[in-house]
Amino acid sequence: MLTVLAAGPLTTVQDRGRPGWAEIGVTRSGAADRAAADLANRLVGNDPSAAVLEVTAGGLRIRAERTLLVAVTGAPAPVTVDGRPAPFDGPLTLTPGQVLGLGLPPVGLRSYLAVRGGIDVPTVLGSRSTDTLSGLGPAPLASGDRLPVGRLAADEPVVDVAAVGVPSSRPVLGVLPGPRRDWLAPAAWTTLTREPWTVTADSNRVGLRLSGPALDRARTDELPSEGLVPGAVQVPPDGAPVLFLADHPVTGGYPVLAVVRTADLPAAAQLRPGDVVRFRPVG
Amino acid sequence: MTDHGWMAAEASPDDRFSVRRYGDRALLVEVAGPPAVTALRTALEAAPLAGQVDLVPAAGTVLVVLDRPPTDADVTALRRISPDPRPPDVAAPLIELPVVFDGPDLDEVAVLSGRPVRDLVQALTGAELTVAFGGFSPGFGYLTGLPEELRVPRRATPRTRVPAGSVGLAGPYAGAYPQESPGGWQLVGRTDAVLFDVDRDPPALLRPGIRVRFREVR
Repeated sequence: MLTVLAAGPLTTVQDRGRPGWAEIGVTRSGAADRAAADLANRLVGNDPSAAVLEVTAGGLRIRAERTLLVAVTGAPAPVTVDGRPAPFDGPLTLTPGQVLGLGLPPVGLRSYLAVRGGIDVPTVLGSRSTDTLSGLGPAPLASGDRLPVGRLAADEPVVDVAAVGVPSSRPVLGVLPGPRRDWLAPAAWTTLTREPWTVTADSNRVGLRLSGPALDRARTDELPSEGLVPGAVQVPPDGAPVLFLADHPVTGGYPVLAVVRTADLPAAAQLRPGDVVRFRPVG
Repeated sequence: MTDHGWMAAEASPDDRFSVRRYGDRALLVEVAGPPAVTALRTALEAAPLAGQVDLVPAAGTVLVVLDRPPTDADVTALRRISPDPRPPDVAAPLIELPVVFDGPDLDEVAVLSGRPVRDLVQALTGAELTVAFGGFSPGFGYLTGLPEELRVPRRATPRTRVPAGSVGLAGPYAGAYPQESPGGWQLVGRTDAVLFDVDRDPPALLRPGIRVRFREVR
């Protein structure tokens, strides 16, 4: 059991999401930066399906109600235990009553806190993830919440510290052409892959809104809604692209110009307002 | 192979559908319309591709999401599926949806469809509808099978708040809102049926393939 003393701007419970329900309008959801969430689980020896806390822009403080093995990954939020600096990207033992805090990360947006055994809130359609678009899953954390710890521990953890780079505020993401590139003007692909794009403030787990040169349509008729994937770069009528993340709608009615490759989705999930992203065509 | 859409330009040998690459984990199959979508969805549910994690049927497409990069063999396999609509599956469950026909747009829809309200309600309750696909929100089903003369355009200005249970029409579709949400459909009535419940198995009442009739209640 752990108690939430402060939840920060937005902290949610996330696991690998709820695949397989798209045909009834339920999106996959799950950790936005899956690589960081998986790493956090590995560091405490959890089963990969264990739920972790996704902490947006730091601000989380929790109190251990029993001895807990925890690890923090993703955006490098300064970690403290009872106010003293503590390791990031490595396992860490909290004794009962100790308070773990996460400060504002200098780069990146989403940090992941894994607890050995997993956060054990009830599952909804097979997942403990909060889908911020439809409201499925547990509500975002609030101070005073008490979270049970489960039994999804696997092997004893063997890694002391993980050697991973910190997120970039100027990443280059690999993109593949999207299924409706032909609905955009011929210059749109070149513009997307040559110009820098600034992440705007109205970005969230659903998607990143990007500001840059307008991307013009070649066709102005209405595209019947069709399926979306995380990483899809959709161009609405105003010409400002949206890069979809974990809580994307199941379908969308605007053309998808490009799709970020799966390997680069974690970097996309770490972008915060004001960061500048570039897209590079890949295979 | 060009630098993009290497399959996009290739229609099926008989031009019935095409397969488009959609990033490194999905393929988008484009077909003629809802009956072909149903045929393709049914075939892929019965015999999924290796590593198939999700299917997203829509108005004229089926998105096939995989846990691995798609290959040429997947494209070949998708092309082998016949998108010919099968005869209506009489074994598919038929759900009677109790509807109170008192929606705020009922009179306007009656005018648009050129008939008195009573006749409109009779036409709506007389139609056998089929859930073609979902996607708007959890548990929302797009119902096809409306008589041609009941096809009305969306409202010019969408409502910011459509109450849960509202029954509406838009173009070739009818539908019922499982949750309160914004919406532009013409609202003809309301149902108290539980359209979506995560603790029920299956959670969605209106799943693709289900047949639906509106039953008037007062």
